[in-house]
Amino acid sequence: MCMKRGSLISLTARGLYCKRGDFYIDPWRPVDRAILTHSHSDHAYRGNKSYLVVKDGEELARIRLDEDALIKTQPYGKKLDIDGVKVSFHPAGHILGSSQVRVEFQGEVWVISGDYKLTPDPTCAPFEPIKCNYFITEATFGLPIYKWTPPEQVFGEINDWWRRNQDRGKASVIFAYSLGKAQRVLNGVDGTIGPIYTHGAVERITNAYRRAGVPIHKTTYAGSVTNRKEFAGSLIVGPPSAQASTWLRRFGSISTGFASGWMMVRGARRQRAIDRGFVLSDHADWPELQTAIRATQAETVYVTHGFAPEMVRWLNENAMNAVPLKTHFVGDDAPELLDEESEGAV
Amino acid sequence: MKLFTELYVELDQTNKTNEKVEAMKFYFEHATKHDSAWALYFLSGRKPRQIVPSKLLRQWGLEMSGIPEWLYAESRDTVGDGAETIALLLPNITDVDQTPLHTLVEDQLLPLRGSDEETQKTAVTEAWSRMNYSQRLVYNKLITGAFRVGVSQLLVIRALSQLSELPTDVIAHRLMGEWTPSPEFFEKLLSPELDSDETPIARPYPFHLAHQIDFLPEDLGKISDWQAEWKWDGIRAQVIKRQDEVFIWSRGEDLMTERFPEIQEAAYVLPNGTVLDGELLPWRYGRVLPFTEMQRRIGRKNLSPKILSEVPVILQCYDLLEYEGRDIRSFEFATRREFLEKVLSELPAASREVFRITESVQAADWAHLAAHREKSRELGVEGFMLKHRGSPYRVGRHRGDWWKWKIDPLTVDAVLIYAQKGSGKRSNLFTDYTFGVWKDDELVPFAKAYSGLNDAEIRKVDRFVRDNTIEAFGPVRSVKAELVFELAFEAIQRSTRHRSGVAVRFPRISRWREDKRPEDADSLQTVFEMLDAYQTAAK
Repeated sequence: MCMKRGSLISLTARGLYCKRGDFYIDPWRPVDRAILTHSHSDHAYRGNKSYLVVKDGEELARIRLDEDALIKTQPYGKKLDIDGVKVSFHPAGHILGSSQVRVEFQGEVWVISGDYKLTPDPTCAPFEPIKCNYFITEATFGLPIYKWTPPEQVFGEINDWWRRNQDRGKASVIFAYSLGKAQRVLNGVDGTIGPIYTHGAVERITNAYRRAGVPIHKTTYAGSVTNRKEFAGSLIVGPPSAQASTWLRRFGSISTGFASGWMMVRGARRQRAIDRGFVLSDHADWPELQTAIRATQAETVYVTHGFAPEMVRWLNENAMNAVPLKTHFVGDDAPELLDEESEGAV
Repeated sequence: MKLFTELYVELDQTNKTNEKVEAMKFYFEHATKHDSAWALYFLSGRKPRQIVPSKLLRQWGLEMSGIPEWLYAESRDTVGDGAETIALLLPNITDVDQTPLHTLVEDQLLPLRGSDEETQKTAVTEAWSRMNYSQRLVYNKLITGAFRVGVSQLLVIRALSQLSELPTDVIAHRLMGEWTPSPEFFEKLLSPELDSDETPIARPYPFHLAHQIDFLPEDLGKISDWQAEWKWDGIRAQVIKRQDEVFIWSRGEDLMTERFPEIQEAAYVLPNGTVLDGELLPWRYGRVLPFTEMQRRIGRKNLSPKILSEVPVILQCYDLLEYEGRDIRSFEFATRREFLEKVLSELPAASREVFRITESVQAADWAHLAAHREKSRELGVEGFMLKHRGSPYRVGRHRGDWWKWKIDPLTVDAVLIYAQKGSGKRSNLFTDYTFGVWKDDELVPFAKAYSGLNDAEIRKVDRFVRDNTIEAFGPVRSVKAELVFELAFEAIQRSTRHRSGVAVRFPRISRWREDKRPEDADSLQTVFEMLDAYQTAAK
C-alpha cells in the first residue's frame, strides 16, 4: 500500500502505474496503455485503448479481450524502451503466455510477477527467477498448509478415478478453470484410457493451446455429440461454473471431480459438493513462494491478494522487508472469476 | 491402517450414498475381522475418549514443522479443524504406514492414555514420521477423540446387510447398545443364526423416528386411523427391565441409567422382559419444566439431593417394544398401546407417577385437532406426533406411518452484527453469525445462528462480511449493520447470562429479509413483549 512517493511504480485507483513511462500493468479501470501479465479476467480487464502482451499470450489475449482491441506483442526476454524505461516479459509458469513484467529505469528494477508457480508444467514456459530491487508477488496460497502434491501423483489419482468410473459405466466430469488448468489436465491425463470431451469454453481455448504447439490429447466438443451413450466411460472437462448448470444432465451417470489448489483443504472440497478433489494448482504453494521471493534478492517485497497479511508478517519475522499491497487481483477463488469462465461457452 | 484410511478418504470425498455403501463393503471384504470390528466401532460413531489433549498435539506438531503459533492460528482458521491443520503442516512424506488398524488402536493408541508427556510425545511423533498426510489426519482425529465420518448408521447397516445377506433390522438390532470391537463380535454380527438367547440383556432396540409433515394433515386421510400425541421436548429414551436389571438408553445410545435414579428405582417394579420407549422430562407440579432445567441437571457429575428434588424427572411413555420378554415391534401400534396401558396400570402408584402414559389427544376431525395444537406453547410441547394406529415400530427415520406436526416457531427480525468463520465444511466462509435487536439506538446481541441459509446466500453474506468488516476481535468480525434476517426459535426465556436479558431455544435463520432495512428490525422491547406473552401462556 505504502509505496514511496514518486517511486518508479505506484499504486493508483486504476492499478499499478509507471509514471515515467506512462503505462499501467494489469489495470482494473480503462487506461491508454496497459501491459498484461496474463489473460485471466482479474488481470486482463477489457476497455483499454492499447495492450502490450507477450508473444506467446497473444491469441489468448485476443480471445479474452474485445474483438477490436489494439494488441501489440513482444517476445520473452526482449527489452522494449518506453520513454527511457526498459520493459521486458519473463515466463511466470502460471499458464500459457503468463509473464512477469520487469521494469527498469536508471538501474532501479521492479518485477511485477502477476500469478506464478514453480511446479513443472509442460503447457507453458517455466518460471524464470529475476533479480530485482522491488518484487511484487501474489500470495493466493500464502499459508504453510498449502504444499502441492507432485503433479505426476495427482495425474495418477485422476487416471485411477477415471478408470474406476469407467468400470462402473460412469462418465468422469472434471471441473477446471477453462484457461490454463483445463489444458494442463488435458495434457497430463492418460489419453489411452478413453475418449475425452470438453465444454465449449474449454474447447475454444484448448485449440489456441494446440496452435501454440502444446501437446494435448484429442478432444471432442461435448455439444457436438448426438448419441449420449458415447459419454459412458469418458472424461469430460468443463469450467467450474458448469457444475451448477443443466449442462451436466446430458452425461447420464457421472462422478464429479474438481482440480484446484483449494482442494487441499477438506472443508473447501466438501463445500463444493463434488465427489473427488484433485490438488492441482497453477499458483505457487507456500514453499515455492519462499523460494521465488528469496531468489529475487529484492530489498522490498510487495505482497498482494490471497493471504497477503500472513505472508508479510512471516517475511518480516524472517528478516525480509515486506509490505502488503491492496490490488484488485483475486487469485482464482473469486466467484466473479468462476462466473466469467462460463462466458466463453460456444 | 492403510485400508481404513483409504475408506475414510473415500467416505469423506463422495456425497453419493451408493458409493459410500460400496466403499464400506469393499473394506469389510478385504480387512481382517479384528480390523473390521474396530472400523465398525468408529463408523458407528463410537470413539475412545480423548487420549492426548489437542493442545499438546498442536505443540508437538509446531515443533516438528517449525511454524510459529500465530501462523498455526491463521492456518487453523482457514482449515477449520485442528487435527487436519496439523496433518497439513507436518513435513510431507510419501511412505504409507502398514500397521493394522487393531494394532494401532489396541497397542499404540489406547495404552498412551494416562502415560507421561514424554512417552506420549515420542509415540506420536514416531507415528507421524511413518504416515502420509491422510493417515496422519485419521490418526490425529482418533487420538484427540474427534473422529467422525460422514456416514449414517443406516448406511453402515446397509453395507453389512448386503455383505451378510441378513435383513437390515437384524443387523441394526445386533449393533445396538454396548459391544467390544473384537473379531468374535464381528463374526457373530454377520452370522446367519438368529439366536435370541445370546442377546445381551442390556441391548436396546433401534428407535423409530419421524419426519416433520410437509403437507396438510388432512391428506393423511381419516383422523380415526391416527393417534395424536403431544410432542415433548426432552430426552428420547428406552427403559429396559430384563432379568431383574434396569437399563436406560438415550437415542444416541448412551447408557444413562445412573443419571436418572428415580427412573431406575421405579423401573425395578416393571415385569421382567419389558422395554418402554418414551421421553425423559423434567417435571414438577404436574407440568414440564423448561429444558434448561434438564440441562442444569445433566451437566452435574454428582446428583445432589437438592438437584434431584428441584428437577425431578419422569418418563412420558410413548410405546411398548417388548412385552413379557417378547419383541412386539411388528404388532400394530394400537395393540402395542393397549399392552402399554395394561403394563402401566398394573404398576404401584409411586411408579405410575414416574411412568406416565402419554396422552392420546382426541378430536372429531383435523380442524379440531389443529385447534388443540394451538395450546402447545401453553403446555410446553412442540406440537403433535401423529402415529398411524396400524403401524409397526420401525427402525430409523421413515416417512409414512409417523409424522411430527410441530407448531410454527416464534420469529424476530434481527440485524447481523458479528460473524465468524465456520468449521469443517464451512471453514473458509463466514457462517457463524450473531444477530442484534434494537435497544434505543444500539444493537444488542440477541441470538447466534448457524443454519438456515443456502450455499449461494452463504457466499453472498461471506462477501458482505469481508467487504464490510468494522473491526476484528480474534476470529470474530464486527460488521456494518445492514443485513436483516428473520430468526425463528422454539422458546424464549429470561436470562441473566445474556446481555439482552433473554435466551432463545434452537434459533435459526428462517429467511433473509432483503426487503428490510436495519432500522426496520425488531427492538428488544418487542422481544420482551413476546417473552411476557409466552410466559403468560405458560401459566
